[in-house]
Amino acid sequence: MEADTIAAIATALGESGIAVIRVSGDDAISIADKIYRGKKPLIHAKSHTVHYGHIVHIQTGEVIDEVLVTVMRAPRTFTREDTVEISCHGGLVPVQSILESLLMAGARLAEPGEFTKRAFLNGRIDLSQAEAVIDLIRAKTEQAAKIANQQAEGRLSKQIRTLRAEILETLAHLAVNVDYPEYDAEEMTGKLLSERCLSIKKELERLLQTARQGKIMREGLATVIVGRPNVGKSSLLNALAQENRAIVTDIPGTTRDILEEYVNIRGIPLRLLDTAGIRETEDVVERIGVERSQEALEEADLLLIVLNYGEPLQEEDERLLAFSQTITSVVIVNKIDLPQKCDLDRVRAIVGNRPIITTSLKKQQGIEQLEEVVVNQFFSGQIDSKDITYVSNARHIQLLEKAKASVEEVVTGIEAGLPLDLVEIDLKNAWQSLGEVIGEAVAEDLIDQIFSQFCLGK
Amino acid sequence: MTYQAGEYDVIVIGAGHAGCEAALAAAKIGCSTLLLTLSLDTIAYMPCNPSIGGPAKGHVVREIDALGGVMAKIIDKTHIQMRMLNTGKGPAVYALRAQADKILYQQEMKRTLENEPKITLHQDMVEKLIVNDHVCQGVITRTGAAYTAKAVVLTTGTYLRGKIIIGDLTYESGPNNQQPSISLAHHLIDLGFEMVRFKTGTPPRVNKKSIDTSQMEIQEGDQEPRAFSYETTEYITDQLPCWLTFTNEETHQTIRDNLHRAPMYSGTIKGRGPRYCPSIEDKIVRFADKGRHQIFIEPEGRKTEEMYVQGLSTSLPEDIQLKILRSIKGLEKAEMMRTGYAIEYDAIVPTQLWPSLETKRIKNLFTAGQINGTSGYEEAAAQGIMAGINAARKVLGQEPVVLDRSQAYIGVLIDDLVTKGTEEPYRLLTSRAEYRLLLRHDNADLRLTELGYQIGLISPDRYQRFVKKKEAIEQEIARLKNTNIRPTQEIQELLRKMGTSEIQNMISLAQLIKRPELGYHDVVTFSPPNQALPAEVVEQVEIQLKYEGYIRKSLQQVEKMKKMEAKRIPSWVDFQEVPGISSEAREKLMKVQPLSIGQASRISGVNPSDISILLVYIEQNGKVSTKSSSN
Repeated sequence: MEADTIAAIATALGESGIAVIRVSGDDAISIADKIYRGKKPLIHAKSHTVHYGHIVHIQTGEVIDEVLVTVMRAPRTFTREDTVEISCHGGLVPVQSILESLLMAGARLAEPGEFTKRAFLNGRIDLSQAEAVIDLIRAKTEQAAKIANQQAEGRLSKQIRTLRAEILETLAHLAVNVDYPEYDAEEMTGKLLSERCLSIKKELERLLQTARQGKIMREGLATVIVGRPNVGKSSLLNALAQENRAIVTDIPGTTRDILEEYVNIRGIPLRLLDTAGIRETEDVVERIGVERSQEALEEADLLLIVLNYGEPLQEEDERLLAFSQTITSVVIVNKIDLPQKCDLDRVRAIVGNRPIITTSLKKQQGIEQLEEVVVNQFFSGQIDSKDITYVSNARHIQLLEKAKASVEEVVTGIEAGLPLDLVEIDLKNAWQSLGEVIGEAVAEDLIDQIFSQFCLGK
Repeated sequence: MTYQAGEYDVIVIGAGHAGCEAALAAAKIGCSTLLLTLSLDTIAYMPCNPSIGGPAKGHVVREIDALGGVMAKIIDKTHIQMRMLNTGKGPAVYALRAQADKILYQQEMKRTLENEPKITLHQDMVEKLIVNDHVCQGVITRTGAAYTAKAVVLTTGTYLRGKIIIGDLTYESGPNNQQPSISLAHHLIDLGFEMVRFKTGTPPRVNKKSIDTSQMEIQEGDQEPRAFSYETTEYITDQLPCWLTFTNEETHQTIRDNLHRAPMYSGTIKGRGPRYCPSIEDKIVRFADKGRHQIFIEPEGRKTEEMYVQGLSTSLPEDIQLKILRSIKGLEKAEMMRTGYAIEYDAIVPTQLWPSLETKRIKNLFTAGQINGTSGYEEAAAQGIMAGINAARKVLGQEPVVLDRSQAYIGVLIDDLVTKGTEEPYRLLTSRAEYRLLLRHDNADLRLTELGYQIGLISPDRYQRFVKKKEAIEQEIARLKNTNIRPTQEIQELLRKMGTSEIQNMISLAQLIKRPELGYHDVVTFSPPNQALPAEVVEQVEIQLKYEGYIRKSLQQVEKMKKMEAKRIPSWVDFQEVPGISSEAREKLMKVQPLSIGQASRISGVNPSDISILLVYIEQNGKVSTKSSSN
């Protein structure tokens, strides 16, 4: 059981300068190699050496971060197993992406205290430290339990429970067909099972997409600032950036030609798209903002629409407001230090129920309110980054992906003409993966379900 | 007054399905064995349904056979009908079921016991165990006979403080009005065993002459000859049918009107009954929206008119039972030959057992069958053979044999019992097995014959046949993997004729057979074996190749499980002393005393963090003890 390779973020979470991700186990080096691009593969590296390179996303090949990688071979390591430590920039986004890539490359997320446990079991730590190890496991478990409890009230676990109940019902149905072949229950058919699995898959996909808070916290809220020339887009950008002084990283995208900048608003990372465009063109003669931003708009989670208080509403403004109806957006009427020429009633009429705030970015007015409104769009109430466990989110995503893959295998199996009691193995795996998300994976549940759902007897 | 009546290696108490297998196993291994029963006329008696096998249960019968037990052989000789169930499903869940001639089954078992040279068969009631210093050394019977033994196997079925309940009538009794075992029940409590009260029940029986089967749906046996035992070569062709009829609204109304007279609801019954076999009154209450329930009419034997009314288990008063029966189509004029009843009995809490089925409290004492909280003839027989084997091995100073969950349904059954305990009479279901695809009924011999041979229950002859079969399977699989076909015109033509799509590239026959529409006989037309293979070899080749992917997936899971099983918990571990584990885990661990980390992790209430701590604790103190021993 100690043979698999584990990974975890070794440094405290938060906006520190540098973060370290540790990987330990027999396959640590080969797994790291799958996402590392440097002068030569790590597998050829000598023990206890440091290498400069980049970590790329395992699926897209996109560069995630510039890193230093330390390769340490067993047994002269903390865990006495092959160990790789990846030092990257400390922002939440790169750290999470690297960890996720490692998990996808074959590592398993470490349990609380597991590195220490391995160190101990492999004889690295002496006896006097054993008690401490036990305390550590206990304490971390309690912390994890606390987090689980918090999340147990959350929407995600509620939905997972519903999904599990649905799968369990299906499993019970399959089981009863097998265990009581003469019982007059409707026989589960491949078509029916396939339909159910596809609906479960859809739900899982939705969960994966809209495990929203977690996703936003990890990847940042894709945000686009739009507006006509000279309404104050650049000032808004600067205000957000300066106010928070938290530009985490500045990576020229490798696949799209848009620059991104990260700012942090009350714990929520905003990924500002197309900032280069704003900076480049604000002072020069500019083409129409609407067309310019169209591409960026397609992947936006949040739109910040800037209007000019000191000018009458123009046709372009109206078009912008109208065509952005379906995107979460905040309308900012800027330059309230100027005499009003903009018809606010007209603006309200077009905007509908999207929030409108008035600012004077020049005089630094209204920024507080803007931040509050932005946060409220995605989270109810104040959010404290400490309340969300990024690690457990990565674990959840891994498990949800696993469940989805299992459900997909059910469907493929049915299409290949396999008997239902075989593909049931995959369905049960999906049920178990989901159980692990909320800490419930008891086989006895199935037996209970069978007997409460069907009337069986001699 | 007691007298010295004899000395044996092994004494088995009870000659039901567990006791018979236990005694035969112990005797065949070489132990002088005394089999004591309350009545020589109820050996291997089936007090409830007249059938053996079905999903999971049928698998177990095959496993017993592969280990060298007798249940399969006896039912092969005495059935009145056999059917393969689930044939429309995957091979893992095909299940053989036989309708038994109850009387013939008993006679055949009795004769088998009588013909076993090392078995002494005797009728008497055991009242006490001879226990000294927590070691069981023999038994004392009602007649005062004291028998000594090196090991004792207790298989008391539903006899311990048995109580029959019919409406408001209750009386002390074993099944079917047999005498109950009262003193022994009290004695076990005195010895300190934790007991539970379970309940089960049986439906009324009717006279075939009084019913109209033309109103019912007939259920014939399979035309194809079937057998449980891998050794059976003669098949019964003369089969009897069963019939299917249904309850109706009138039946349900009668039950609802008389619920106040049902012991289940009036509070007369205190024992816990199994959910999987509710009484008809239970079904009507719990599944009120179901308009009708199936009722199967099954012959109890060839030379009797008595018919078992499956689906109508009840403890309602006799007059109501008659009303219910007569409300059913085809049973309007039914004559009730035996009244249905519920029976309560004592069972021991099975977490008091080691996986060998030896009790933790008293050495050399083994228990098997319904006394361990199970239900079903097959489950009983399975525990019987394991208890018999392990009692004999104890006598011979050998390590116990414990089957794991990936090896046999028997392993699942016993591990569930001793690790999780049971809140109701335990019935095997295929859904209890994690590795169902590996535990197929068709490969029970491949899984267990080797072991049966090592234990000494499989004859060298049979073993040689088995080895040949195994080799033939392996060779043919290898051959199909190494035989390729190319997309030539001739081959594409043949494929089209078989109703399957053409091939794009060169492909092995092992890959081709994975197509659902193709079977072994199709693919070998491209390259027949040197000589035609027996059907049992063909079956294995086909299953093992067709489902290779899923089998591999299961095997990977088994690997993981085995690593956990391999981590033994040393006997010096005192769970009371392990710091930091939750109190629930501590309590459960102390009760179950798991032998491996794997077993510990299956106990409900023991969390992964408790397991981590346990591992650390064992490592830490293991070092201390090795250190101090080297000093």
